[in-house]
Amino acid sequence: MSDVQVMPQTSGHAPAAGRAAPVKLEVRNLDFFYGANKALKNINLRLETNSVTAFIGPSGCGKSTLLRVLNRMYDLYPGQKAEGEVLLDGENILNPGVDLNLLRARVGMVFQKPTPFPMTIYDNIAFGIKLYENLSKSELDGRVEHALRGSALWNEVKDKLNASGLSLSGGQQQRLCIARTVAIQPEVILFDEPCSALDPISTAKVEELIDELKAKYTIAIVTHNMQQAARVSEHTAFMYLGELVEFDETQRIFTAPSMRQTQDYITGRFG
Amino acid sequence: MNAPSTSFHTPSARAIYGSRARTDKIVRVLCVLAAAFGLLWLSLILFTLFWNGLAGLHFSVFTEMTPPPGSTTGGLANAIFGSILMTIIGVGIGAPLGLFAGTYLAEYGRHEKLSFYVRFINDILLSAPSIVIGLFIYGAVVVPMGGFSALAGSLALAVIVVPVVVRTTEDMLLLVPNQLREAASALGLPRSYVIRSIAYKAARTGLITGILLATARVAGETAPLLFTALSNQFWNANLLTTMANLPVTINNFVQSPYEYWRQLAWTGALLITLAVLALNIFARLLAAERKKS
Repeated sequence: MSDVQVMPQTSGHAPAAGRAAPVKLEVRNLDFFYGANKALKNINLRLETNSVTAFIGPSGCGKSTLLRVLNRMYDLYPGQKAEGEVLLDGENILNPGVDLNLLRARVGMVFQKPTPFPMTIYDNIAFGIKLYENLSKSELDGRVEHALRGSALWNEVKDKLNASGLSLSGGQQQRLCIARTVAIQPEVILFDEPCSALDPISTAKVEELIDELKAKYTIAIVTHNMQQAARVSEHTAFMYLGELVEFDETQRIFTAPSMRQTQDYITGRFG
Repeated sequence: MNAPSTSFHTPSARAIYGSRARTDKIVRVLCVLAAAFGLLWLSLILFTLFWNGLAGLHFSVFTEMTPPPGSTTGGLANAIFGSILMTIIGVGIGAPLGLFAGTYLAEYGRHEKLSFYVRFINDILLSAPSIVIGLFIYGAVVVPMGGFSALAGSLALAVIVVPVVVRTTEDMLLLVPNQLREAASALGLPRSYVIRSIAYKAARTGLITGILLATARVAGETAPLLFTALSNQFWNANLLTTMANLPVTINNFVQSPYEYWRQLAWTGALLITLAVLALNIFARLLAAERKKS
């Protein structure tokens, strides 16, 4: 599906090219502007297929901004501009000709606050599927069940599929949003602090889910919780003041970071 | 610097607190009095209306036509019909326009310069005296068409409906959290889908409430109909000629020397008030429903 490319080493902070893992998304020389304010400075990194990449760093460091570039969510607002290249399977998604709706169907996103749509649990899932596929009722039922099972929500909601999505608890709502994203079968899923509004048990469930999802999807997750980054990700990027300070295997970042700032952040000396 | 004293028991702190408590009491009493003063007149008006209106409220009011001068029988059937018909057509034309314009302001054009001007002009229209709108339709529709008509009356009402619905639509859509729009866009939904399936759905009761309130607003409008639909003594369903309606009938009857006409005017006023009250209560119930969910 994804064509593996040989990438030139463009940054000293890029991970050591140990094994040739297939690259799903590659960010090259990315700058991002909110008006005149430069929020991201020359970001270079690669997301490997079927792995989880975590973005950590203090508030305002640009990690959410970076995530919102990967599905061009920033395009909803005027005055926001990205320069550089973001290659999805080798194709630059920052090109003006890219169809944003098709892009977002390939690169799904789960937000910090659970955002169920004001409709039934069933429709929350079916809604997105119906947009791209013409399915019979029974096929659609199957897809909805599959998506809900996939997000470990089926047993909790199978008897009340016609209840409002808003009637669920926060943790269930978030898993509903994940199910909704997974239902349209994207290739990449972006998580923007998906657990920051959830209790520890719901958080554990979502983390488990992320771990299962990486078998099929390429995942990027922004988190304020460093233990979470350590638990769920293969690679971790530490960002500070709009720059990518260090990007490496998660284990290395948390045990032997090569940058002083990374060390200070993960040991809690600032941030 | 010394740390500020945290004690509330010093004499000066008590003095300050005492004066604040006194001011609070005085202002509270003034507020209650002001509210009571307003309510007093409102209840006097309603009491007079019910007292005089109920006296003439018979079944025949809904079945018989407006009477000729001097008659002591007759009802308001043609006026009630005309009012309902013109209100429905007026809202039918004005509400969709208002919904579209409000959607532009809140969704597509939120960051556009054009929105600023549209919003500004809409605010002016919102507070424009309705007689001016009546005169506008008189010049724009009645004169070119060569006569008064129910159609012109409906159009005048539509012009009043538009700014009300624009405003409520924009306000209600702005209450829909942006995260919901982002979440829908993140699924790859085209913008029109996001608006129709998500934003409208989330704001539904608010949008309906806005239309109901606009309906209540135009149901009692007299001035715009005086120059447009005029009135008609007979049953008429032809939109191209004059049509009876409650506000203008009340206006005509209340100034007449005939006792029976004045009685019908009171009854008509009561009917309009009850209809507006019903619409408002319905709108409130919908809004309450919204808060619950």
